[in-house]
Amino acid sequence: MLATALVSGLGLGSIYGLIALGFTLTFAVSGTVNFAQGSSVMLGAVLCHALAIGMHWPMLAAVPAALIACALWGLIVERIAVRPFVARGTNSWLMATVALGIVLDNVVMVLFGKEPRALPSPLADDPWVIGKVGIFPLQILIPIVGLGLAALVHLGLHRTSLGLKLRAAVDNRDAACLMSIDVTTLIAVTYAAAALLAGIGGILIAPLYNVAYDMGTLFGIKAFAVAILGGLTNPWGVVIAGLAYGLVEACATTWLGSSSTQIVTFTAVIAALALAPSGLFGGRTKVRV
Amino acid sequence: MPKHLTRRQALAIPAGLALANLAGRTAFAADPVKVGLVAALSGPSAKSGEGITRGLTIAIDEINAKGGVLGGRMLELVRRDDESNPAKGQTAARELLDKEGAVILFGGIDSPVSQAIVPLMNTAKVPFMGVWAAATNITRNGANPNYIFRVSAVDVLVDRALIKHAMTSFSSKTPGLILVNNGWGESNLGGLTAAAQVAGIKLAGAEKFDDKDVDMTPQLQRLRDAGADTLILVGNAAPGAQVIKSLQRSAWTVPVVSHWGISGGRFPELAGSWAGKVHFVQTYSFFGNQSDVGKRVLAALMAKYPDIKGPGDVTPPVGVANAYDAMQLTALALNKAGVTDGEKLREGFLGIDSYQGLIKSYTKPFTDDNHDALNENDYIMVRYNGDQIEPITG
Repeated sequence: MLATALVSGLGLGSIYGLIALGFTLTFAVSGTVNFAQGSSVMLGAVLCHALAIGMHWPMLAAVPAALIACALWGLIVERIAVRPFVARGTNSWLMATVALGIVLDNVVMVLFGKEPRALPSPLADDPWVIGKVGIFPLQILIPIVGLGLAALVHLGLHRTSLGLKLRAAVDNRDAACLMSIDVTTLIAVTYAAAALLAGIGGILIAPLYNVAYDMGTLFGIKAFAVAILGGLTNPWGVVIAGLAYGLVEACATTWLGSSSTQIVTFTAVIAALALAPSGLFGGRTKVRV
Repeated sequence: MPKHLTRRQALAIPAGLALANLAGRTAFAADPVKVGLVAALSGPSAKSGEGITRGLTIAIDEINAKGGVLGGRMLELVRRDDESNPAKGQTAARELLDKEGAVILFGGIDSPVSQAIVPLMNTAKVPFMGVWAAATNITRNGANPNYIFRVSAVDVLVDRALIKHAMTSFSSKTPGLILVNNGWGESNLGGLTAAAQVAGIKLAGAEKFDDKDVDMTPQLQRLRDAGADTLILVGNAAPGAQVIKSLQRSAWTVPVVSHWGISGGRFPELAGSWAGKVHFVQTYSFFGNQSDVGKRVLAALMAKYPDIKGPGDVTPPVGVANAYDAMQLTALALNKAGVTDGEKLREGFLGIDSYQGLIKSYTKPFTDDNHDALNENDYIMVRYNGDQIEPITG
């Protein structure tokens, strides 16, 4: 049972971590998050289905096209639902991103329909069997992609000039502006990157689940819990928190039964946050007196 | 204005009112009789709503072609989408009763929706006809008088049929249950536990899943470790497909016997290559030798719906067949009642003597003690072959 729980938990946990990385990116740079992140998950999967199944595009073309659309969606979210409100010094971006996500979900519901559809993949059809444990190749690919993208985000932030500018903007926005760093564009880029990560998550999970206009809601909520748990500003922390969340979820179902899953998982989140209010891997806020 | 009526005016007003009433009654007699449908017309179970609509429509076309009901009034179907949501179902039911003036409501696939509508119908004293949702307490709801009728399976009876099929087809001695976590799942947990006791076998265990669960392998692993030799599945198409995908992922080749919820959506597409492994229950198949009614209904379906080119395209057959017979029985009840009044219509249902239907020949289908027209002798086991539902032979 342990092996089954590990396989199930790590697979789902990687997806949660991947989506939560988007929260980390935007929060680190702008102090805002895209609460429509779940809708970006859905958008990636739906567009991939529409192009690959509906329009018979090869998957190698459908996936990049869907991800480019997700990045554009991220730019739209930032421009419409975040920037105007931040400029006025209000926190209304919080509600605006939620509302924009609901709008997108409903537009997709009208265009794509309410019925869930399948996105078949050869990576999720023939499991590899080791003892009593079966695993789809896609379930191995998902954690690899999740960890790989976390590494990319880390390297991008610490080893590139763009990353240097981002970190400069995080440290001192006014000083960054004085150094001719276009902070507004940088924030827009992080929103695009966040939506892109969510889109990758949606495309990866779709063959294991299904494609539906409302598929992103639950993933978005769980990913936000993971982002908070991981510390919100720490990419590695968020990925590790995602894996931990997935494992707790799978272990609770395996040993205590499915009726206990949500009780145990969210109680664990509350307990962890009670012990570490800034998240398991979040830095403590220094308060000067 | 005069403060007092003259004698002539005093006589003229009641006479005028009586004439107006008579004229109104004449106009009323020409009005169509509206029958309502509250079902999932969108979402994961949309196919069920479409199947029910088709069954009702074919029956209504036949009845209207023969002159309608109540001496010449045409039947008219008015539909509302409950989106598989009990609260939306209640709102839709109220709207159909209050705004549309529906004389009876037909229900859809979701037991929780029907369970939410039942008290409302018994209070309004308007009959409700279940044509798919199978929870036992929909008809056996304790109300007296009870306005709820059903031409569909009853969980407590289906559960016996599922256990029997698991035992006879797969020599099952310790089946495991994997059930949706809602009122319908609860209804079947009780029914399957009782059916296993009666059959003298032990259940390996019972696991639940939610509609939006992605991975059911932990639940399946628990059942596997508990020694389940067959799985009995209760769930609708999308989550049911997730169970089968999780089973495939686990590479556990255990037989699966399912309630009919999986036939209400795109189960074969969503479940993938293992969809055909699942045996499930229906009340009718358009394959094989057909009665005269069967031939007539299939011909009408093929004539009206271009996507139906043969028996395999009537999906889900249970929705079409149940709805067809339920509508025909309703027309008989209306004619028996003579009016559209809910109390009289209820008595009309109880007064039906016999009807040669699509699913079977009904004799006294409804009595004071039994509001379910079908029983365990009316169920058949089927499986998917591609998108088509075929009976299991041999």
